[in-house]
Amino acid sequence: MKKYLLAVLVDNKPGVLTHVSGLISRRAFNIESISAGYTEEPEVTRINIVVSVESKNELDQVVTQLGKLIDVIKIVNLSEVDSIERELVMIKVRADKSNRAELIDIVNIFRANIVDVSQENVVIELTGQQSKIDGIIEVLSEYEIIEIARTGSIALSRGPVPVKQM
Amino acid sequence: MNGAQAVLESLKKEGVDVVFGYPGGAVLTLYDAVYKMKFPHILTRHEQGAIHAADGYARATGKVGVVFATSGPGATNLITGIATACTDSVPLVCITGQVANPYIGKDSFQEADIFGITTPITKHNYLVKDVKELPRVLKEAFFIANTGRKGPVVIDVAKDVFDAKIDYEYPETVNLRGYSGVYDGNDKEIAAAVEAVQKAERPLIFAGGGIVSSNTAAEVQKLAKKLGVPVTSTLLGLGTVPADTEGFLGFAGMHGSYAANMAIQKCDLLLCIGMRFSDRVTGRVDGFAPKAKIIHFELDRAEINKNVTADLKVLGDLRWTLPRFNKKLSATKEKFAEKFKGWKDEVIKMHEEHPFSYVENGDVIKPGALIKRISELSDKDTIAVTDVGQHQMWAAQFFDVYKPRHFLTSGGQGTMGYGLPAAMGAKVGAPDSKVVLFTGDGSIMMNCQEFATIADNDIDVKVVIVHNCILGMVGQWQRLFYNHHYSQSELKGKTDFVKLAEAMGLKGYRLTKKEELDTVLPKIMAEQGPALIDVLIPEEEDVLPMVPGGKRLDQMVLGGSKK
Repeated sequence: MKKYLLAVLVDNKPGVLTHVSGLISRRAFNIESISAGYTEEPEVTRINIVVSVESKNELDQVVTQLGKLIDVIKIVNLSEVDSIERELVMIKVRADKSNRAELIDIVNIFRANIVDVSQENVVIELTGQQSKIDGIIEVLSEYEIIEIARTGSIALSRGPVPVKQM
Repeated sequence: MNGAQAVLESLKKEGVDVVFGYPGGAVLTLYDAVYKMKFPHILTRHEQGAIHAADGYARATGKVGVVFATSGPGATNLITGIATACTDSVPLVCITGQVANPYIGKDSFQEADIFGITTPITKHNYLVKDVKELPRVLKEAFFIANTGRKGPVVIDVAKDVFDAKIDYEYPETVNLRGYSGVYDGNDKEIAAAVEAVQKAERPLIFAGGGIVSSNTAAEVQKLAKKLGVPVTSTLLGLGTVPADTEGFLGFAGMHGSYAANMAIQKCDLLLCIGMRFSDRVTGRVDGFAPKAKIIHFELDRAEINKNVTADLKVLGDLRWTLPRFNKKLSATKEKFAEKFKGWKDEVIKMHEEHPFSYVENGDVIKPGALIKRISELSDKDTIAVTDVGQHQMWAAQFFDVYKPRHFLTSGGQGTMGYGLPAAMGAKVGAPDSKVVLFTGDGSIMMNCQEFATIADNDIDVKVVIVHNCILGMVGQWQRLFYNHHYSQSELKGKTDFVKLAEAMGLKGYRLTKKEELDTVLPKIMAEQGPALIDVLIPEEEDVLPMVPGGKRLDQMVLGGSKK
């Protein structure tokens, strides 16, 4: 299985996410993550989809089937162009006086941030590539992880050309 | 003007000449507008009848079929018809009522999420909650339904939108950023296809339903003549070349002709035009056309390599690609027909040795004989419609189709109950053509309420029930693969279809003996007005030849197809 990150520009209309997510499920494609948000154009939403596929053919099917949706304006496979990929994670870890300093060390090494502290826990925030996020989670697994929230990957290509002009 | 009148004004602007539908609470304002504007409308007896009728109308005419249904159960009764049209790429616009805006999402009376339910089975769909959106949405819906790869579009309209006042203006153009509806091809791909033909020794044309939708049958006929190669078709491709074309082998696939399937397995170049490689046509995919270079002429990019890997693709609208392909082939000055004659003759010989056939058996009516006889009694403009099951395959085998849009059948979904309403819609759309429906005693019961619509509107459809007191295709599979366990497939035959016809207001006839195909049948077929012909055939009759599931096309079981 290989992973690809697709940037999908869609019309910002009601029902668009239903169309996209419905297509993904009925065509039995394997989606790792999906996230959507506004763009520089108010009438366009950008959906970032990470798919894992067996073959190039399967990837082509994901792209061409998505491309058939009327609301879909453009799809670009950002894994094929030079691009920066990021994911956001927030991790709630059990922490008290005895181990808080250790956790702060780990957070600093990963260039993460502690965004909330209580007597019993900290909330750590980290932005980075998926592998880096997997890394901090692995290290933190020695502590008691109470809860994790991850966004899934988003990406932008390097250089001045936006996806809509690719 | 209110929203309801705006809908009808828009339909007029789109050239809609008839709507099929069924009223109900959520669309009463719309139906009031139908009344006031005297908009042509056919009231069916079930919403499923309405949508299959619109489908038959669309397939027969090439225009967009239009359906009205109320909210909730009215709209959900359309689902089978929407899926049927979607799989077979039939242009439909379905206007359904939704509960009024304040009631949406409250589990209100007759509320169902039609937008959500129809998303996977439509080309596109809308929920209209603001009357201002109506003209734009209608314009887009017709454009989307009838361009590119055609398909059904659902517009779910909140009840209060029909009542709301609107300053009506119908847009001249659509503005969809991700959809243009135009799919021109690419000359490089055409050049590569021409080169492949030049290198080939045993090419075969495989004609699909896309040729029918794009009205390009003439180009395919020109191509076949120019190359002088044999032609086979998919089920939906029947009629793209006239049945009496030299080298036409009938349809291919599970119950297709021996010669068609063998030619696919032997050819070295398969020109697949506007088709989607359904499992019913390919048999076992990894053994499909093993010696052939496959060229796929196709509008829908997502169809390329979906089921079968193509060696060459020619993407684009057939209206663009086929004329260019033909022109380029002509420019080569090669004498293709001479070059391929040996191969064509070999295939024709195979077809002559193994035509579709049946074994006569005393005085009983063999289904093949029945359909052949009706084919003989029909002119070349007759539209044959089928339901789904054994009779459908016999009709495809034995009814000679001469024109595109003259063989209407639910191919992709195999929707039982499709036939009667579709035949009715076809006759409404093409009143000058004779329309014959082939159906089974299983299929006909699924929408037999539409006999009442046919009778009330005097829609001249001849309904031929191939009656064997069993769900024939289910029974055939149970006979062949389930040790003759006829689990829930036997029909006791207590329903008197002749009386049913008479009760519903049309004539009914029954044929039981072979000789009646010559003595009685011609008279019935020549009569004016709708009629039901109940034809009793033997129960244990298989559709043959047959490619058993999971087998290659050259592993056909021949049986009845031997001379």
